[in-house]
Amino acid sequence: MADLPTWRTIDHACIVFNPGNAAEYLTGDWRSMRPELDQEKCKRCGRCWMYCPEPAVLVDEEGKYHIDYRYCKGCGICSKECPYDAITMVEECEDGI
Amino acid sequence: MGSKRVSLEVSEVCAEAVRLADVDVVAAYPITPQTHIAEVLSEMVADGVLDAEYINVESEHSAMSCCIGASAAGARSFTATSAQGLALMSEMLYIASGLRLPIVMALVTRTLSAPLSIWGDYSDIMSVRDCGWITLFAEDGQEVFDFTLQAFRIAEDERVLFPAMVCMDGFHLSHVLEPVDVISEEEARDFLPVYRPKYRLHPSDPVSMGCFAMPDYFSEIKKRQDEELKGSYPVILEVWREWEERFGRRYAPLMSYWVDDAEMILVIAGGYAGTARLAVEGMRKRGMKVGLVSWKLWRPFPLDDVREILGKAPLVLVVDRALSVGGAGGPIANEIRAAFYHEKVRPQVVSMVAGLSGRDVLQRDFEAMTKRAMELAERGEIPYYEMYGVRE
Repeated sequence: MADLPTWRTIDHACIVFNPGNAAEYLTGDWRSMRPELDQEKCKRCGRCWMYCPEPAVLVDEEGKYHIDYRYCKGCGICSKECPYDAITMVEECEDGI
Repeated sequence: MGSKRVSLEVSEVCAEAVRLADVDVVAAYPITPQTHIAEVLSEMVADGVLDAEYINVESEHSAMSCCIGASAAGARSFTATSAQGLALMSEMLYIASGLRLPIVMALVTRTLSAPLSIWGDYSDIMSVRDCGWITLFAEDGQEVFDFTLQAFRIAEDERVLFPAMVCMDGFHLSHVLEPVDVISEEEARDFLPVYRPKYRLHPSDPVSMGCFAMPDYFSEIKKRQDEELKGSYPVILEVWREWEERFGRRYAPLMSYWVDDAEMILVIAGGYAGTARLAVEGMRKRGMKVGLVSWKLWRPFPLDDVREILGKAPLVLVVDRALSVGGAGGPIANEIRAAFYHEKVRPQVVSMVAGLSGRDVLQRDFEAMTKRAMELAERGEIPYYEMYGVRE
Protein backbone atom coordinates (compact mmCIF):
# COMPACT_ATOMS: atom_id res chain seq x y z
CA MET A 1 0.00 0.00 0.00
CA ALA A 2 3.06 2.24 0.35
CA ASP A 3 2.86 3.63 -3.20
CA LEU A 4 -0.86 4.47 -3.05
CA PRO A 5 -1.74 8.14 -2.47
CA THR A 6 -3.04 9.35 0.88
CA TRP A 7 -6.16 11.50 1.20
CA ARG A 8 -3.87 14.54 1.25
CA THR A 9 -1.95 13.60 -1.91
CA ILE A 10 -4.73 12.08 -3.98
CA ASP A 11 -5.74 14.18 -6.99
CA HIS A 12 -8.45 16.82 -6.55
CA ALA A 13 -11.88 15.33 -7.31
CA CYS A 14 -10.16 12.21 -8.64
CA ILE A 15 -9.40 14.10 -11.85
CA VAL A 16 -7.15 12.15 -14.20
CA PHE A 17 -4.55 14.57 -15.51
CA ASN A 18 -3.02 12.05 -17.93
CA PRO A 19 -6.06 10.69 -19.76
CA GLY A 20 -5.81 7.12 -21.01
CA ASN A 21 -3.82 5.93 -18.02
CA ALA A 22 -6.24 3.03 -17.59
CA ALA A 23 -3.73 1.26 -19.86
CA GLU A 24 -1.40 1.18 -16.87
CA TYR A 25 -3.95 -0.87 -14.95
CA LEU A 26 -3.44 -4.51 -15.85
CA THR A 27 -6.70 -6.44 -15.58
CA GLY A 28 -5.31 -9.84 -16.61
CA ASP A 29 -5.22 -11.12 -13.05
CA TRP A 30 -9.03 -10.96 -12.87
CA ARG A 31 -9.11 -13.97 -15.21
CA SER A 32 -10.21 -17.43 -14.15
CA MET A 33 -10.61 -18.83 -17.69
CA ARG A 34 -7.93 -18.27 -20.33
CA PRO A 35 -8.70 -18.09 -24.08
CA GLU A 36 -6.26 -20.11 -26.16
CA LEU A 37 -6.14 -19.35 -29.87
CA ASP A 38 -5.29 -22.16 -32.26
CA GLN A 39 -3.41 -20.53 -35.17
CA GLU A 40 -4.07 -23.63 -37.36
CA LYS A 41 -7.87 -23.20 -37.11
CA CYS A 42 -7.84 -19.38 -37.22
CA LYS A 43 -8.99 -17.91 -40.58
CA ARG A 44 -7.98 -14.30 -39.65
CA CYS A 45 -11.60 -13.12 -39.84
CA GLY A 46 -11.01 -10.63 -36.99
CA ARG A 47 -14.27 -11.27 -35.12
CA CYS A 48 -12.40 -11.83 -31.83
CA TRP A 49 -10.63 -8.50 -32.33
CA MET A 50 -13.94 -6.72 -32.99
CA TYR A 51 -15.91 -8.32 -30.17
CA CYS A 52 -13.27 -8.07 -27.43
CA PRO A 53 -14.57 -5.46 -24.90
CA GLU A 54 -10.98 -4.70 -23.91
CA PRO A 55 -8.38 -4.14 -26.53
CA ALA A 56 -7.03 -7.54 -25.47
CA VAL A 57 -6.77 -9.06 -28.94
CA LEU A 58 -3.77 -7.86 -30.89
CA VAL A 59 -2.82 -8.28 -34.56
CA ASP A 60 0.80 -8.74 -35.59
CA GLU A 61 2.55 -7.66 -38.83
CA GLU A 62 1.60 -10.94 -40.53
CA GLY A 63 -2.08 -10.43 -39.75
CA LYS A 64 -2.09 -13.10 -37.03
CA TYR A 65 -4.27 -12.60 -33.97
CA HIS A 66 -2.93 -12.97 -30.40
CA ILE A 67 -4.51 -12.67 -26.98
CA ASP A 68 -2.95 -9.96 -24.81
CA TYR A 69 -2.98 -11.73 -21.44
CA ARG A 70 -1.93 -8.55 -19.61
CA TYR A 71 -5.47 -7.19 -20.11
CA CYS A 72 -7.66 -10.21 -20.99
CA LYS A 73 -10.23 -10.70 -18.18
CA GLY A 74 -11.28 -14.08 -19.51
CA CYS A 75 -14.85 -13.10 -20.40
CA GLY A 76 -14.99 -15.67 -23.18
CA ILE A 77 -16.76 -13.50 -25.76
CA CYS A 78 -14.02 -14.16 -28.37
CA SER A 79 -14.40 -17.90 -27.88
CA LYS A 80 -18.20 -17.68 -28.15
CA GLU A 81 -18.09 -15.55 -31.30
CA CYS A 82 -15.33 -17.42 -33.18
CA PRO A 83 -17.08 -19.22 -36.11
CA TYR A 84 -14.16 -21.68 -36.51
CA ASP A 85 -13.87 -22.88 -32.87
CA ALA A 86 -10.31 -21.60 -32.92
CA ILE A 87 -10.51 -20.16 -29.38
CA THR A 88 -10.87 -22.51 -26.42
CA MET A 89 -11.45 -21.38 -22.83
CA VAL A 90 -9.12 -23.17 -20.42
CA GLU A 91 -9.14 -23.09 -16.62
CA GLU A 92 -6.31 -20.94 -15.31
CA CYS A 93 -5.88 -23.39 -12.42
CA GLU A 94 -5.42 -26.93 -13.56
CA ASP A 95 -7.58 -28.32 -10.77
CA GLY A 96 -10.18 -25.59 -11.05
CA ILE A 97 -10.87 -23.34 -8.09
CA MET B 1 -23.75 53.85 -8.57
CA GLY B 2 -24.52 51.93 -5.40
CA SER B 3 -27.28 49.74 -4.04
CA LYS B 4 -30.90 50.62 -4.55
CA ARG B 5 -33.90 49.49 -2.59
CA VAL B 6 -36.55 47.79 -4.64
CA SER B 7 -39.74 45.90 -3.91
CA LEU B 8 -39.69 42.51 -5.58
CA GLU B 9 -41.15 39.05 -5.19
CA VAL B 10 -38.42 36.98 -3.55
CA SER B 11 -38.24 34.61 -6.55
CA GLU B 12 -37.45 37.66 -8.68
CA VAL B 13 -34.89 38.72 -6.10
CA CYS B 14 -33.17 35.37 -6.59
CA ALA B 15 -33.29 35.72 -10.39
CA GLU B 16 -31.89 39.25 -10.15
CA ALA B 17 -28.96 37.96 -8.07
CA VAL B 18 -28.33 35.29 -10.70
CA ARG B 19 -28.42 37.96 -13.44
CA LEU B 20 -25.94 40.08 -11.49
CA ALA B 21 -23.74 36.97 -11.10
CA ASP B 22 -23.62 36.98 -14.92
CA VAL B 23 -24.07 33.22 -15.19
CA ASP B 24 -23.19 31.43 -18.41
CA VAL B 25 -25.66 28.55 -18.22
CA VAL B 26 -29.08 28.14 -16.63
CA ALA B 27 -30.65 24.69 -16.87
CA ALA B 28 -33.92 24.39 -15.02
CA TYR B 29 -37.22 22.56 -15.12
CA PRO B 30 -40.22 24.37 -13.67
CA ILE B 31 -41.80 23.01 -10.50
CA THR B 32 -44.01 24.71 -7.94
CA PRO B 33 -42.98 26.76 -5.94
CA GLN B 34 -39.66 27.29 -7.77
CA THR B 35 -41.41 28.18 -11.05
CA HIS B 36 -41.03 31.95 -10.91
CA ILE B 37 -37.24 31.74 -10.68
CA ALA B 38 -37.02 29.58 -13.81
CA GLU B 39 -39.61 31.77 -15.54
CA VAL B 40 -37.93 35.11 -14.78
CA LEU B 41 -34.48 33.81 -15.77
CA SER B 42 -35.80 32.46 -19.08
CA GLU B 43 -37.36 35.88 -19.76
CA MET B 44 -34.09 37.61 -18.93
CA VAL B 45 -32.22 35.39 -21.41
CA ALA B 46 -34.92 35.84 -24.08
CA ASP B 47 -34.91 39.62 -23.58
CA GLY B 48 -31.14 39.77 -23.83
CA VAL B 49 -30.57 41.24 -20.37
CA LEU B 50 -28.76 38.08 -19.31
CA ASP B 51 -26.16 36.73 -21.72
CA ALA B 52 -26.48 33.03 -20.92
CA GLU B 53 -27.53 29.73 -22.42
CA TYR B 54 -30.95 28.76 -21.07
CA ILE B 55 -31.34 25.02 -21.49
CA ASN B 56 -34.95 23.80 -21.53
CA VAL B 57 -34.47 20.37 -20.04
CA GLU B 58 -36.95 17.52 -19.77
CA SER B 59 -36.37 16.82 -16.08
CA GLU B 60 -34.48 17.91 -13.00
CA HIS B 61 -32.11 14.99 -13.45
CA SER B 62 -31.21 16.53 -16.80
CA ALA B 63 -31.06 20.03 -15.30
CA MET B 64 -28.37 18.99 -12.85
CA SER B 65 -26.62 16.88 -15.50
CA CYS B 66 -26.46 19.93 -17.80
CA CYS B 67 -25.08 22.06 -14.97
CA ILE B 68 -22.45 19.40 -14.26
CA GLY B 69 -21.36 19.29 -17.91
CA ALA B 70 -21.39 23.07 -18.25
CA SER B 71 -19.50 23.62 -15.01
CA ALA B 72 -16.94 20.97 -15.95
CA ALA B 73 -16.35 22.93 -19.16
CA GLY B 74 -15.76 26.06 -17.08
CA ALA B 75 -19.15 27.79 -17.31
CA ARG B 76 -20.76 29.52 -14.33
CA SER B 77 -23.91 27.41 -13.94
CA PHE B 78 -27.18 27.77 -12.05
CA THR B 79 -30.33 25.80 -11.49
CA ALA B 80 -33.32 25.92 -9.17
CA THR B 81 -35.80 23.33 -7.99
CA SER B 82 -38.13 22.11 -5.24
CA ALA B 83 -39.18 18.85 -3.55
CA GLN B 84 -39.81 16.11 -6.15
CA GLY B 85 -37.44 17.91 -8.52
CA LEU B 86 -34.69 17.77 -5.92
CA ALA B 87 -35.46 14.10 -5.31
CA LEU B 88 -35.19 13.40 -9.04
CA MET B 89 -31.82 15.16 -9.29
CA SER B 90 -30.45 13.71 -6.05
CA GLU B 91 -28.26 11.21 -7.89
CA MET B 92 -26.58 14.07 -9.73
CA LEU B 93 -26.20 16.21 -6.58
CA TYR B 94 -23.72 13.72 -5.16
CA ILE B 95 -21.87 13.69 -8.47
CA ALA B 96 -21.66 17.51 -8.64
CA SER B 97 -20.06 17.53 -5.21
CA GLY B 98 -17.80 14.56 -5.86
CA LEU B 99 -16.55 16.22 -9.04
CA ARG B 100 -16.13 19.45 -7.04
CA LEU B 101 -18.05 21.61 -9.50
CA PRO B 102 -19.05 25.08 -8.21
CA ILE B 103 -22.67 24.98 -9.39
CA VAL B 104 -25.14 27.20 -7.52
CA MET B 105 -28.72 26.12 -6.92
CA ALA B 106 -31.74 27.81 -5.40
CA LEU B 107 -33.80 25.29 -3.48
CA VAL B 108 -37.31 26.57 -2.91
CA THR B 109 -38.12 24.18 -0.10
CA ARG B 110 -41.27 22.10 -0.41
CA THR B 111 -42.73 18.94 1.04
CA LEU B 112 -41.91 15.60 -0.53
CA SER B 113 -44.98 13.55 -1.48
CA ALA B 114 -47.02 11.58 -0.39
CA PRO B 115 -49.54 12.92 0.27
CA LEU B 116 -49.05 15.28 -2.62
CA SER B 117 -48.52 18.79 -1.35
CA ILE B 118 -47.10 21.88 -2.96
CA TRP B 119 -46.46 23.71 0.33
CA GLY B 120 -43.24 24.27 2.11
CA ASP B 121 -41.15 22.40 4.63
CA TYR B 122 -37.65 20.95 4.79
CA SER B 123 -38.32 17.32 3.93
CA ASP B 124 -36.65 17.94 0.55
CA ILE B 125 -33.38 19.47 1.76
CA MET B 126 -33.09 16.99 4.62
CA SER B 127 -33.42 14.10 2.15
CA VAL B 128 -30.12 15.18 0.53
CA ARG B 129 -28.39 16.20 3.75
CA ASP B 130 -25.30 14.14 2.98
CA CYS B 131 -24.83 15.08 -0.68
CA GLY B 132 -21.79 17.29 -0.02
CA TRP B 133 -23.14 20.69 -1.04
CA ILE B 134 -22.52 23.90 0.88
CA THR B 135 -26.02 24.64 2.18
CA LEU B 136 -27.42 27.95 3.39
CA PHE B 137 -30.86 28.72 4.81
CA ALA B 138 -32.23 32.16 3.93
CA GLU B 139 -34.66 33.84 6.27
CA ASP B 140 -35.84 36.72 4.09
CA GLY B 141 -35.59 38.21 0.62
CA GLN B 142 -32.44 40.15 1.43
CA GLU B 143 -30.70 36.96 2.50
CA VAL B 144 -31.85 35.21 -0.67
CA PHE B 145 -30.21 38.01 -2.68
CA ASP B 146 -27.04 38.17 -0.60
CA PHE B 147 -26.57 34.41 -0.21
CA THR B 148 -27.10 33.74 -3.92
CA LEU B 149 -24.29 36.10 -4.95
CA GLN B 150 -22.12 34.93 -2.06
CA ALA B 151 -22.75 31.29 -3.02
CA PHE B 152 -21.03 31.77 -6.40
CA ARG B 153 -18.07 33.51 -4.78
CA ILE B 154 -17.69 30.83 -2.09
CA ALA B 155 -18.24 27.89 -4.45
CA GLU B 156 -15.72 29.14 -7.03
CA ASP B 157 -12.99 29.98 -4.51
CA GLU B 158 -10.01 27.74 -5.34
CA ARG B 159 -9.79 26.77 -1.67
CA VAL B 160 -13.39 25.53 -1.84
CA LEU B 161 -14.61 24.29 -5.26
CA PHE B 162 -17.88 22.80 -4.06
CA PRO B 163 -21.44 23.29 -5.29
CA ALA B 164 -23.60 25.49 -3.08
CA MET B 165 -27.34 25.74 -2.55
CA VAL B 166 -29.43 28.49 -1.07
CA CYS B 167 -32.65 27.29 0.55
CA MET B 168 -35.68 29.52 0.79
CA ASP B 169 -39.13 28.61 2.08
CA GLY B 170 -41.60 27.76 -0.67
CA PHE B 171 -44.41 30.36 -0.82
CA HIS B 172 -43.76 31.84 2.63
CA LEU B 173 -40.62 33.36 1.15
CA SER B 174 -40.54 32.63 -2.58
CA HIS B 175 -43.92 34.20 -3.32
CA VAL B 176 -43.94 37.26 -1.08
CA LEU B 177 -42.92 40.78 -2.04
CA GLU B 178 -40.23 42.29 0.13
CA PRO B 179 -38.10 45.44 0.07
CA VAL B 180 -34.58 44.39 -0.84
CA ASP B 181 -31.32 46.30 -1.32
CA VAL B 182 -30.00 45.29 -4.73
CA ILE B 183 -26.36 46.05 -5.53
CA SER B 184 -25.30 47.56 -8.86
CA GLU B 185 -23.76 45.65 -11.76
CA GLU B 186 -20.40 47.32 -11.05
CA GLU B 187 -20.52 46.27 -7.41
CA ALA B 188 -21.51 42.74 -8.41
CA ARG B 189 -18.66 42.49 -10.94
CA ASP B 190 -16.22 43.77 -8.35
CA PHE B 191 -17.40 41.31 -5.71
CA LEU B 192 -17.75 38.39 -8.11
CA PRO B 193 -15.22 38.54 -10.97
CA VAL B 194 -15.45 36.39 -14.10
CA TYR B 195 -15.09 32.70 -13.23
CA ARG B 196 -11.61 31.37 -14.08
CA PRO B 197 -11.82 27.62 -13.48
CA LYS B 198 -8.75 25.92 -12.08
CA TYR B 199 -9.80 22.59 -13.59
CA ARG B 200 -11.96 22.20 -16.66
CA LEU B 201 -12.57 20.05 -19.71
CA HIS B 202 -10.73 21.65 -22.60
CA PRO B 203 -9.30 20.07 -25.76
CA SER B 204 -5.99 21.91 -25.46
CA ASP B 205 -5.30 20.46 -22.03
CA PRO B 206 -7.32 17.25 -21.73
CA VAL B 207 -8.18 15.70 -18.37
CA SER B 208 -10.68 13.00 -17.39
CA MET B 209 -13.41 13.79 -14.87
CA GLY B 210 -15.87 11.41 -13.31
CA CYS B 211 -13.68 8.34 -13.53
CA PHE B 212 -14.09 5.05 -11.74
CA ALA B 213 -12.36 4.50 -8.38
CA MET B 214 -11.49 1.14 -6.90
CA PRO B 215 -11.91 0.43 -3.18
CA ASP B 216 -8.22 1.12 -2.60
CA TYR B 217 -8.75 4.77 -3.67
CA PHE B 218 -12.36 5.51 -2.75
CA SER B 219 -11.99 6.17 0.98
CA GLU B 220 -9.08 8.55 0.45
CA ILE B 221 -11.11 10.49 -2.13
CA LYS B 222 -14.10 10.76 0.23
CA LYS B 223 -11.91 11.75 3.19
CA ARG B 224 -10.44 14.55 1.09
CA GLN B 225 -13.93 15.67 0.02
CA ASP B 226 -15.08 15.67 3.65
CA GLU B 227 -12.05 17.54 4.97
CA GLU B 228 -12.25 20.11 2.20
CA LEU B 229 -15.97 20.72 2.63
CA LYS B 230 -15.28 21.38 6.32
CA GLY B 231 -12.34 23.48 5.15
CA SER B 232 -14.72 25.80 3.29
CA TYR B 233 -15.91 27.16 6.65
CA PRO B 234 -13.21 29.87 7.07
CA VAL B 235 -13.70 30.93 3.44
CA ILE B 236 -17.43 31.35 4.04
CA LEU B 237 -16.70 33.55 7.06
CA GLU B 238 -14.14 35.50 5.02
CA VAL B 239 -16.69 36.15 2.26
CA TRP B 240 -19.27 37.21 4.86
CA ARG B 241 -16.77 39.64 6.44
CA GLU B 242 -16.02 41.13 3.03
CA TRP B 243 -19.73 41.40 2.28
CA GLU B 244 -20.26 43.29 5.55
CA GLU B 245 -17.41 45.68 4.70
CA ARG B 246 -18.80 46.28 1.22
CA PHE B 247 -22.52 46.36 1.88
CA GLY B 248 -22.96 46.62 5.66
CA ARG B 249 -24.92 43.44 6.22
CA ARG B 250 -23.47 40.95 8.71
CA TYR B 251 -23.90 37.18 8.58
CA ALA B 252 -22.87 34.31 10.81
CA PRO B 253 -23.43 30.53 10.67
CA LEU B 254 -25.89 30.88 13.56
CA MET B 255 -27.43 34.33 13.94
CA SER B 256 -28.19 34.65 17.63
CA TYR B 257 -30.42 36.99 19.59
CA TRP B 258 -30.71 37.40 23.39
CA VAL B 259 -28.67 34.24 23.98
CA ASP B 260 -26.12 35.45 26.57
CA ASP B 261 -28.35 35.15 29.65
CA ALA B 262 -30.92 32.82 28.11
CA GLU B 263 -32.40 29.98 30.12
CA MET B 264 -33.74 28.53 26.91
CA ILE B 265 -32.67 29.06 23.30
CA LEU B 266 -35.13 28.47 20.50
CA VAL B 267 -33.52 27.22 17.28
CA ILE B 268 -35.11 27.32 13.86
CA ALA B 269 -33.96 27.65 10.24
CA GLY B 270 -35.44 29.73 7.44
CA GLY B 271 -38.31 32.15 7.14
CA TYR B 272 -40.20 31.01 10.24
CA ALA B 273 -37.33 32.48 12.31
CA GLY B 274 -38.94 35.88 11.66
CA THR B 275 -42.08 34.87 13.53
CA ALA B 276 -40.00 33.13 16.18
CA ARG B 277 -38.08 36.39 16.73
CA LEU B 278 -41.33 38.28 17.40
CA ALA B 279 -42.41 35.53 19.80
CA VAL B 280 -39.08 35.60 21.65
CA GLU B 281 -39.13 39.40 21.78
CA GLY B 282 -42.61 39.23 23.33
CA MET B 283 -41.53 36.64 25.90
CA ARG B 284 -38.48 38.77 26.79
CA LYS B 285 -40.78 41.73 27.45
CA ARG B 286 -42.68 39.53 29.87
CA GLY B 287 -39.44 38.75 31.69
CA MET B 288 -38.80 35.29 30.27
CA LYS B 289 -35.11 34.64 29.59
CA VAL B 290 -35.48 33.15 26.12
CA GLY B 291 -33.01 33.49 23.25
CA LEU B 292 -33.18 32.72 19.55
CA VAL B 293 -30.88 31.20 16.95
CA SER B 294 -31.73 31.59 13.28
CA TRP B 295 -29.73 28.88 11.53
CA LYS B 296 -27.93 29.99 8.33
CA LEU B 297 -25.13 27.53 7.54
CA TRP B 298 -26.19 23.89 7.46
CA ARG B 299 -23.22 22.42 5.56
CA PRO B 300 -20.44 22.55 6.46
CA PHE B 301 -21.96 21.93 9.90
CA PRO B 302 -20.87 24.78 12.20
CA LEU B 303 -19.89 22.54 15.11
CA ASP B 304 -17.93 25.15 17.12
CA ASP B 305 -20.67 27.77 16.76
CA VAL B 306 -23.26 25.26 17.93
CA ARG B 307 -21.21 24.39 21.02
CA GLU B 308 -20.31 27.98 21.81
CA ILE B 309 -23.73 29.57 21.33
CA LEU B 310 -26.14 26.83 22.34
CA GLY B 311 -23.86 25.78 25.20
CA LYS B 312 -24.74 29.06 26.92
CA ALA B 313 -28.18 27.83 27.90
CA PRO B 314 -29.32 24.80 29.93
CA LEU B 315 -32.22 24.15 27.56
CA VAL B 316 -32.51 24.27 23.77
CA LEU B 317 -35.77 23.96 21.86
CA VAL B 318 -35.28 23.00 18.23
CA VAL B 319 -38.20 23.43 15.87
CA ASP B 320 -37.64 21.25 12.81
CA ARG B 321 -39.82 21.62 9.74
CA ALA B 322 -39.03 18.06 8.74
CA LEU B 323 -40.01 14.69 10.17
CA SER B 324 -37.57 11.82 10.17
CA VAL B 325 -40.26 9.17 9.78
CA GLY B 326 -39.59 6.36 12.20
CA GLY B 327 -36.47 8.14 13.42
CA ALA B 328 -35.27 9.49 16.74
CA GLY B 329 -35.80 13.23 16.36
CA GLY B 330 -35.87 16.25 14.08
CA PRO B 331 -32.84 16.42 11.76
CA ILE B 332 -31.44 19.69 13.14
CA ALA B 333 -32.20 18.68 16.74
CA ASN B 334 -30.35 15.41 16.37
CA GLU B 335 -27.24 17.03 14.94
CA ILE B 336 -27.23 19.46 17.87
CA ARG B 337 -27.55 16.52 20.26
CA ALA B 338 -24.64 14.79 18.52
CA ALA B 339 -22.54 17.97 18.73
CA PHE B 340 -22.95 18.01 22.52
CA TYR B 341 -22.85 14.31 23.33
CA HIS B 342 -19.19 14.31 24.35
CA GLU B 343 -19.26 17.72 26.05
CA LYS B 344 -19.14 17.82 29.84
CA VAL B 345 -21.61 20.69 30.00
CA ARG B 346 -24.43 20.27 27.58
CA PRO B 347 -27.94 21.63 27.24
CA GLN B 348 -31.02 19.47 27.25
CA VAL B 349 -32.45 19.40 23.74
CA VAL B 350 -36.18 19.34 23.10
CA SER B 351 -37.05 18.41 19.51
CA MET B 352 -40.35 19.68 18.13
CA VAL B 353 -41.54 18.99 14.62
CA ALA B 354 -43.86 21.74 13.34
CA GLY B 355 -44.71 23.72 10.24
CA LEU B 356 -44.96 20.69 7.96
CA SER B 357 -46.28 21.29 4.47
CA GLY B 358 -46.63 25.03 4.94
CA ARG B 359 -48.74 24.89 8.10
CA ASP B 360 -48.41 28.24 9.81
CA VAL B 361 -46.47 28.43 13.05
CA LEU B 362 -47.65 31.61 14.72
CA GLN B 363 -46.19 33.59 17.61
CA ARG B 364 -48.55 31.86 20.01
CA ASP B 365 -47.37 28.49 18.70
CA PHE B 366 -43.73 29.35 19.44
CA GLU B 367 -44.84 30.51 22.90
CA ALA B 368 -46.77 27.27 23.47
CA MET B 369 -43.78 25.16 22.32
CA THR B 370 -41.50 27.15 24.66
CA LYS B 371 -43.85 26.52 27.58
CA ARG B 372 -44.08 22.83 26.69
CA ALA B 373 -40.27 22.49 26.37
CA MET B 374 -39.76 24.08 29.78
CA GLU B 375 -42.36 21.78 31.36
CA LEU B 376 -40.81 18.67 29.81
CA ALA B 377 -37.35 19.72 31.00
CA GLU B 378 -38.62 20.47 34.50
CA ARG B 379 -40.32 17.08 34.73
CA GLY B 380 -37.22 15.41 33.31
CA GLU B 381 -39.35 13.74 30.67
CA ILE B 382 -37.86 14.96 27.40
CA PRO B 383 -38.93 12.62 24.58
CA TYR B 384 -36.89 12.01 21.44
CA TYR B 385 -39.25 14.38 19.68
CA GLU B 386 -42.82 15.58 19.56
CA MET B 387 -44.99 16.72 16.69
CA TYR B 388 -46.50 20.04 17.69
CA GLY B 389 -50.05 21.06 16.94
CA VAL B 390 -51.28 17.74 15.60
CA ARG B 391 -54.97 17.04 16.24
CA GLU B 392 -55.39 14.15 18.67
